[in-house]
Amino acid sequence: MSEFEINRRELLAGLLSVGSAMIVPSGRAIPPLPGDAERPAKVTERAIDNVDLTLEINGEQHRVNQLAVNTTLLDCLRDHLHLTGSKKGCGLGHCGACTLLVDGRRITSCLALAVMQQGKQITTIEGLAHGDELHPVQAAFVDHDGFQCGYCTPGQIMSAVACIQEGHTSSDDEIREWMSGNICRCGAYPNIVAAVRQVAQRSA
Amino acid sequence: MVPFTYARSSSVASAVQTGALHISSQSEEPGTAFFAGGTDMVQLMREQVLNPSHVVDVSALPGISDIVAGPAGATLGALVRMSDAAEHPGVREHYPVIAEALLASASPQVRNLATVGGNLLQRTRCGYFRDVASPCNKRQPGSGCPAINGQNRLHAVLGTSEHCIATYAGDLANALLVLDAKIRIAGSRGERQIALRDLHKQPHDTPHLETQLAPGELILAIEIPSGAAARKSHYLKVRDRATFEWSIASVAVALDLDSFGVVRDVRLAVGGVATTPWRLPEVEEALHGHVLDSGLCRHAAELATRNAVSHGKNVYKIKLIQRAIVRALEETGGLA
Amino acid sequence: MSSLVGSPISRVDGPAKVTGRATYAAEFHPDGLTYAAIVESSISAGSISHIDSTQAERAPGVLTVLTFLNAPKLPYAPYKQRPAVEPVSGEALRVLQDSEIKFSGQPIGVVVAHTQTQAEYAASLVRVRYVPAKSLTHFDSDRGVPTSEAAAKKGRGPEARQGGDADEAFHQAAVKIDGHYVQPREHHNAMEPHATVAEWKDGQLTIWDKTQWVDNVREEMVRIFGISADSVRVINPFVGGAFGSSLRTWPHVTLAVMASRQVGRPVRLELTRRQLYYSTGFRPHTEQRVALGAQHDGHLQAHIQEAIGQTSTYEEFAEATLDAPAVTYACENRRTSYRLVPMNTNTPCPMRGPGHATGLFAQEVAMDELAALLKLDPIQLRLRNFAERSPKKDLPWSSNALQDCYRIGAERFGWEHRTPEPRSMRAGRQLVGLGMATAVNTAPRYPASASATLLADGTVVVRSATSDMGPGTYTAMTQVAADTLGLPLPRVRFELGDSTFPKAEEHGGSTTTASIGPAVREACLALLAKISGTLGSSALFAPDLLDKIRSAGSSQIEAHSDSKPGDEKDTYAMYSFGVIFAEVHVDPDFGTVRVTRISGAYDAGRIVNPKLARSQCIGGMIGGLGMALLEGAEWDTRLGRVANANLAEYLVPVCADIGELDVIFVPGEDKLLSPLGVKGLAELGLCGVAPAIANAVWHATGVRVRELPITPDKLIVYL
Repeated sequence: MSEFEINRRELLAGLLSVGSAMIVPSGRAIPPLPGDAERPAKVTERAIDNVDLTLEINGEQHRVNQLAVNTTLLDCLRDHLHLTGSKKGCGLGHCGACTLLVDGRRITSCLALAVMQQGKQITTIEGLAHGDELHPVQAAFVDHDGFQCGYCTPGQIMSAVACIQEGHTSSDDEIREWMSGNICRCGAYPNIVAAVRQVAQRSA
Repeated sequence: MVPFTYARSSSVASAVQTGALHISSQSEEPGTAFFAGGTDMVQLMREQVLNPSHVVDVSALPGISDIVAGPAGATLGALVRMSDAAEHPGVREHYPVIAEALLASASPQVRNLATVGGNLLQRTRCGYFRDVASPCNKRQPGSGCPAINGQNRLHAVLGTSEHCIATYAGDLANALLVLDAKIRIAGSRGERQIALRDLHKQPHDTPHLETQLAPGELILAIEIPSGAAARKSHYLKVRDRATFEWSIASVAVALDLDSFGVVRDVRLAVGGVATTPWRLPEVEEALHGHVLDSGLCRHAAELATRNAVSHGKNVYKIKLIQRAIVRALEETGGLA
Repeated sequence: MSSLVGSPISRVDGPAKVTGRATYAAEFHPDGLTYAAIVESSISAGSISHIDSTQAERAPGVLTVLTFLNAPKLPYAPYKQRPAVEPVSGEALRVLQDSEIKFSGQPIGVVVAHTQTQAEYAASLVRVRYVPAKSLTHFDSDRGVPTSEAAAKKGRGPEARQGGDADEAFHQAAVKIDGHYVQPREHHNAMEPHATVAEWKDGQLTIWDKTQWVDNVREEMVRIFGISADSVRVINPFVGGAFGSSLRTWPHVTLAVMASRQVGRPVRLELTRRQLYYSTGFRPHTEQRVALGAQHDGHLQAHIQEAIGQTSTYEEFAEATLDAPAVTYACENRRTSYRLVPMNTNTPCPMRGPGHATGLFAQEVAMDELAALLKLDPIQLRLRNFAERSPKKDLPWSSNALQDCYRIGAERFGWEHRTPEPRSMRAGRQLVGLGMATAVNTAPRYPASASATLLADGTVVVRSATSDMGPGTYTAMTQVAADTLGLPLPRVRFELGDSTFPKAEEHGGSTTTASIGPAVREACLALLAKISGTLGSSALFAPDLLDKIRSAGSSQIEAHSDSKPGDEKDTYAMYSFGVIFAEVHVDPDFGTVRVTRISGAYDAGRIVNPKLARSQCIGGMIGGLGMALLEGAEWDTRLGRVANANLAEYLVPVCADIGELDVIFVPGEDKLLSPLGVKGLAELGLCGVAPAIANAVWHATGVRVRELPITPDKLIVYL
């Protein structure tokens, strides 16, 4: 876990030039302002930890070997465990498409590191139905047409399951507020509210 | 996210020790980052705004994830989830401004991850700060501030400098400010306590330095004194979208009126319009000892923006924050 | 046709979508998959003088780093025929073929590594030296140039006139308004980010790509890489929303294919949310002048509408901004003009209701201003200028129930409760406003093919290379097929999103049901004929069908159809219509606007599935609400970058923004457009919403905001 730093002056020396040209690391580049040529460079060689993880997902133990610690729970599910039901809409917690339950609470899995989820119970959309029998919230989403393209749908449904469990369903306005962490660009909101209301009323 | 090494800390002492090994998360120099909820850290690291070389997972530190809240005061452990603090009966009853500010923050699924300690250190939402292809004095000191003459509709009008006009984006800190909260901090030289109002720094010519925390220091808890004003407190947040948005202007108010409607105690803070959580002593002074009525509220609110500086697209915030102060006072004082 | 068409059945793909089994482009995982990340330009104009990828190449897990220095030179053959989804002229970005920088955010390199995080880190290590050039990043309307000949051929020319001298008529008019309207750059922000998985195997290229047109992706790869069409297969069963953003084949598709060939392994390239603002298109910033002149009784004498849009420096994106103005109302003298400002930006592209939504915003707000000036009810003004025939080429409408839409919509909405004076209605502290606007959109139909196959298990599978980005192609086509065949739904399956299927045009422009529907029907009819020829009439319904198939010695029976529109498209004007009503509450202190309800009455011909069609319309209303109140790129004119390129600061509506939404389909069908009687609906759903809300805001406050979005800062200065 040691780290190795390259002196940034040495790094830049070979590349700096004169005139209007400038050198910047591309990903963090700076527009052409005068006197801008020299900037702190990022450390170029970085140590990383890779860890063997066991995650409990939908009641089953899943082993991931040598996972880089900078992997989010969402990316671990989608890219490493091929559980692609949880969706990536923004990767920044702004859209809710990746919503799933950890220890029964809804979270944006794109903002959680996989390495921090060991020993917790993770529930994803894949764990909701019993065989061919849909979970009541899933069935209500189909009945009320609570989606169009379907991409935000797993996140909406996981959020709805939690919203009902939390008891934030006493009125349409309360459902709207507590379902607002999940963006639906197709605009199925009224149908989503109808689906949540129906299940909440039935289970009340 | 750039590579980093990772360790889970099991004690505060080991966490602060590791944290002090490197210069902490300021600017882009590699260093150690504490990770609790991680909701802002992952965003910043994913977009390479912050690139710590070592992450210390403090999410399991013992003894700092409890809430004690009652009529005699409150303590929020730094690891308390925003959602738990918002739902806590003692918080809701005795310190409503905290619950309201929290429920107006982010989304339910983000509040379930984010901690109250981490939330105090929420970085600005300035679009230039978060886009590494843009210059930004806060991210890369000396590179310039494109917001000053650029897209600044969401930027601050209070506490700005010629180097930075980025808005402090959080809500909780504004609420805590009117409760005269203190924070308990652990560092390599032991623990200390400071007033929350001393935590955040205005940008001046060092916009990259946002808080008084020394490298490796860790917030342990928020201590909140009780009081009549705390019980009668309120958070008002104005935004473009109905919810799930940072504020364009927000007001925290704690108010105590006597039986004649005279202001015995009032504290006001504003968010979304200043570079730090922003208390308004001059407005408080103008209200103190007078009968609270709409005319007084309006007069006092104007004092809030005496030193405001706008940069074009954010000029509306001056009028907006005055009106939000009036509304918040009226709502809290039973005038609305 | 019998029962299923017209029924509100639930989506046939619903169970797959609610269980997470529906698989989107980035989720295909061929063996040995590797991951790519893009290196982007951080300047907006100039060239790369030096690019150093040594550090990136040395980073852990990296397989290759491609830049213009080492990327293979690709044929990029010229078009034989430019696809309809491409800009009218110019040349698409040739990715990694040279050192030129055309816009900030331009892909200038691609890194492939074993994991996504490795690729992203390595991409950030590529070092670039630029020679900046003077960049055109400011929208300067004085630089606007008339649209080209090529644009004119598509009806998007620099100038169009109806009747006499519109400017003179405007000058002479008794009552007139003359306004300037601004609509900002808007981004689709579909929930699924664009992604491509490319795999070369034994000379065959398979691409799983987020696209509204699999055939076009294949044709583009054929053209760009100089390979044969039968060596490319493009697959995309589900599209996570697109709204026009996946019509073109964007440069990242080429990058994924190039990178995959280079490393000899399958490669996934998924754009980040921020990259979507640069690597795909957007609705262009457009400024318009609308000048309306009328008689005192409201009859329009003059209508001048001048639009200036933005495009890139390398392509001419001209859209149908001035089509709605040309057809919505009768007017004796009309002139429209269209200019484009070339800028150092990525090229715009169609976004739901392209052109029409933009043109209608300005036109319908201007009509509201005129009505106010005339002291005439806004609906009355519109009825008074109803166009009995299309004014554009003086053609009869194939169908037009717009007058019914005004009447029925107004009734449902309760328009009669509106008091005409602005600021005259309140609910508690809130100012209440009611507004309305007309919506029109073209209703085209394209040629399409389909196949219908009776399988040995007795089910019929119907196929066409179309897509379903959300409107419900799977469901609607299953309904059409089942009805035609006389089979229950479970015995019919519709498949799409595969370039090996019978040819289809783009899934866009509200064309799918009108175009694919007839092809599906004809294929099913052909199958019925073939079955009765092979197995005997009504064999399909016989209990011994499976035996019959077996004894006929074939495992399946297949029929094919090619369907195309008739000549009616040249002799009739084909449009869908709607009228949108909105109620807003405005906080008089803060200027925050909340839309409490929207009603829409639509003439979209026959409705195949009222449940899904309603969803499409409420989706359009919500998209329009975003356009009205929230959406807009914060373009930095010095950097040529979007300062709010994420979903936290580029605001789209959330659940709590949405009140009561009411959808009414005015009965009707249009057999001239399509034998199914359907007209387009998707684009129409967004049209007219923003101006209806803007007009409601005026009615609530007395403040006329002519620049979208209507955010509190634009109102509070007047409140």
